[in-house]
Amino acid sequence: MNRKYGIASGLLLVVLMITLLFNGCKSCSTTEPVNDLNVDVSKDNTELVDDINKAKQIFQAIPSPLESAMLIKSTGAKFNQTLLNPLGNADSYATSRSMALNLGVYTCDLSFTSLYEQTQLIIDYMNASKKMAEGLGILRAIDQATIDRLEQNINNTEVIMEIVSETFMNSSSDLVDNGQPAVAAMVLVGGWFEGLYIATQLVDMKDFNGNKLVGRIIDQKLSIDILLNLLDENKGNPAIDELIIQVQKLKAVFDKINLTTSPIRPEYVETTNTTYLKSEVKSNLTPEVFAELAKTVAEIRGTFVK
Amino acid sequence: MRLKVLFPVIALLLAAGVTDMYGQCKSFAKKVCIPELGVYVHDGNYHAAVLVEGEEAELYKTFYSDMKYRVAIVGEENLSNIEFKVLDASRNVIYSNKDANYAKTWDFELQSSQQLKLVVKVPEKSKSGETPASGCVSIMFGFKLKN
Repeated sequence: MNRKYGIASGLLLVVLMITLLFNGCKSCSTTEPVNDLNVDVSKDNTELVDDINKAKQIFQAIPSPLESAMLIKSTGAKFNQTLLNPLGNADSYATSRSMALNLGVYTCDLSFTSLYEQTQLIIDYMNASKKMAEGLGILRAIDQATIDRLEQNINNTEVIMEIVSETFMNSSSDLVDNGQPAVAAMVLVGGWFEGLYIATQLVDMKDFNGNKLVGRIIDQKLSIDILLNLLDENKGNPAIDELIIQVQKLKAVFDKINLTTSPIRPEYVETTNTTYLKSEVKSNLTPEVFAELAKTVAEIRGTFVK
Repeated sequence: MRLKVLFPVIALLLAAGVTDMYGQCKSFAKKVCIPELGVYVHDGNYHAAVLVEGEEAELYKTFYSDMKYRVAIVGEENLSNIEFKVLDASRNVIYSNKDANYAKTWDFELQSSQQLKLVVKVPEKSKSGETPASGCVSIMFGFKLKN
């Protein structure tokens, strides 16, 4: 009897340790080889892909909702509330998939309202994000103290951005620490799509050529393989597998855009302690391909927020 | 009988230890790495790992032409100076902190948006036969708009 119990306890220990170490590693990064980078900017990328396959710890960093919102604002685009996911939708999300995607979506909307100083909407979208976080069981990520701090600093954009950044980091890291890396990946995907959706909808087609916002949308081609790699790390999860198909559909449209960049020439300027990375870029996005891109993004985003 | 009690207890202690290690890593990233971003706005993404001496980590990220960036890469005190280099898509090294006295931060701007690769390494300092040190290494990005 004792022997049986000893074996069972030993097995329990081994299983527990493997589970924890597995989750622990995922909380940091992936240790699995990633098969494809596929950035079409240079033929030399095969070397880069080789590097990825050899690597032990790999991080795939896609633009955060705050960075996406900042990119949109930097182009001079105007705020448009009708593009945001309506707050009333928050009550209809019941699955982990929908709550995760919409935590990303609402965080992006929150970032957007923050940068455009839409005071009441900032509070409302933080509350919508809080609802999603609570539904996912990460209560500490956005607590009442966060909302109170936000209200106290509602006219201080700098502090608001700090709070948005902090809550997004808490949400992602808490999910991974809770052993839900796939859910954390879905949050990132939701945020990225919302940023791209808002950006594509804000483009004025009468002012297409040389449009700065169009330039930033083309730049997202550089991130789509990183996004796919991030999802691939969690392949096998049905919600992730569905997202992979959707992102591949979008990639097929991005693949119609040629993007070539010249080699980087770094120049260090001592007075600003900054390195300037000089390079030129050429791309060939036509209004037709842009329309297809905007339509595809809207369709996919539509499946997230419905 | 003692074994009966001992195994689950050990399992729970080890479990708590592992979980705590990663919790500590997050706390380290928040308390030590994010402040290194200074006036730059932290993008909200979290990248931290427990690395052992000699181990490397890689990070892939797109950087945009409208922004000024600061990357902060910090390791726990028990680790030696963390090495990091930045490579472009053609694998050319465009920055190495070895040339800057193992600086923890690097400020940069881009003329055109680029995907870059960061390679982070914990140099080996333990002598032969010693247990290699391990600790948290955190990679954080801050940005601000170009003037």
